Amino acid sequence: MNKISKLLLFTFFTGIIGLTFTSCTSVKEYNKMYLNDSEMGLSARKIQKSEMNFMLYREGASGGNGGKTGGGCGCN
Amino acid sequence: MKKIYLGVAFLYLSVLGAFAQTDSTENSLYKNRKLKVEEANFVSSYYHQEGNNSAVTGGIGTEKLSDFANSFDVTLTRFDKTNRLHTFDFEFGVDHYTSASSDKIDPTTISSASAADTRIYPSVNWSVKDDIKHYSFGAGASYSQEYDYSSIGGNINFSKFSKDNNRELGIKLMAFLDSWKVIYPIELRGNLGNGGYKPRNSFNASFSLSQIINTRLQMSMLLDLAYQQGQLGTLYQRVYFRDNSVHAEKLPESRFKIPLGLRLNYFAGDRFIIRSLYRFYTDDWGINAHSIEMEAPYKITPFFSLSPFYRYYTQTSADQFAGFQQHTSQHNFYSSDYDLSKFTSQYAGLNLRFTSTDGILGMKKFNTFELRYGHYNRSNGLNSNNITLALKFK
Repeated sequence: MNKISKLLLFTFFTGIIGLTFTSCTSVKEYNKMYLNDSEMGLSARKIQKSEMNFMLYREGASGGNGGKTGGGCGCN
Repeated sequence: MKKIYLGVAFLYLSVLGAFAQTDSTENSLYKNRKLKVEEANFVSSYYHQEGNNSAVTGGIGTEKLSDFANSFDVTLTRFDKTNRLHTFDFEFGVDHYTSASSDKIDPTTISSASAADTRIYPSVNWSVKDDIKHYSFGAGASYSQEYDYSSIGGNINFSKFSKDNNRELGIKLMAFLDSWKVIYPIELRGNLGNGGYKPRNSFNASFSLSQIINTRLQMSMLLDLAYQQGQLGTLYQRVYFRDNSVHAEKLPESRFKIPLGLRLNYFAGDRFIIRSLYRFYTDDWGINAHSIEMEAPYKITPFFSLSPFYRYYTQTSADQFAGFQQHTSQHNFYSSDYDLSKFTSQYAGLNLRFTSTDGILGMKKFNTFELRYGHYNRSNGLNSNNITLALKFK
């Protein structure tokens, strides 16, 4: 990965963080109807466990999505 | 007359007193401290893949594999004396797979023991959440066992919430201490020996930041630092050199991985949700990867939703990878495992979800029914299908 790509990636993530914290508003509990919907959760859902598992085995990269990043063989 | 006045006043105060009573269970200071079952989940999935780049046979040959995976978990909760919520998760999983390529470790046998295996993996997790001081912490342990591989895992975690519960910072430390039985391809056992165990250990630190942006949008960032050491190469995977000599796969004994993820979820209108994930990955074996996922649940009714999803993934090749008869004796490390090659992959499918607070099929506790199908296609020819059923009881 060259320096320009790293710089672009760094700019992307810091930009997202900057935008997030400057544009967010404090949401009260009684206004979280949409955010509390079961399909709005920020972690991977239980039904995705199987596909995350085979992707962990079938791809060289793993982690960064709240999934398992170690343990188990994955050699088949 | 005085008695009547006193009687009316007493009656009035009694009625006032009766309206002033509140249900003690609704008082925010009171929490039931009994252990109760919060929910139970049963997840069952069937996975089947086809391909022609098996690492066991040096990057050529069938990768046909089927896996039937089942897991059951139950979550229990209770409040302690200081009104902190304790959550206990118990999970037990069983996978059974059949693999045509594993059977080629010793092709002289017909349907050898390695053609199929069963893995069991119990785990337990405990966490404590303090809503007054805005933090949570927890710990967990896991175990995994199959014929030639066992893993013992442990984790601790801590999270801090903002006062308005709109932001959460979390850290999770994990360790997996694995043991791998040494199995060489049949033709190499005379030179290299066979049997015994080798360790493979993984240590991960996961950092997360989640933030509510407005009433419809929330995001999270995830950073993992993962270090692995020990037997990272798969000893029964063959590598054929240019001179046609055969060797067991050889990979470095350590690996440092950095995945970075950004998740954004948005509720549009009253029926439409967009779930998205971008992930970047880099490691010291030379793999750089990007993946992007989009899932769009559409609520046909408040209780029934359909969610099409799509994922695109691309990775560069590991430094140690080369195909069949591409390696030479000048290479220190060598592998013909196409999971480490350069490729792109796509995964697409549909998720069907039905939920009811009154129960499904007349069963009051049967809360959610989900069915998910996905098709996976890799640019080097491997493709697979995966179907998962998830049932939640609450």
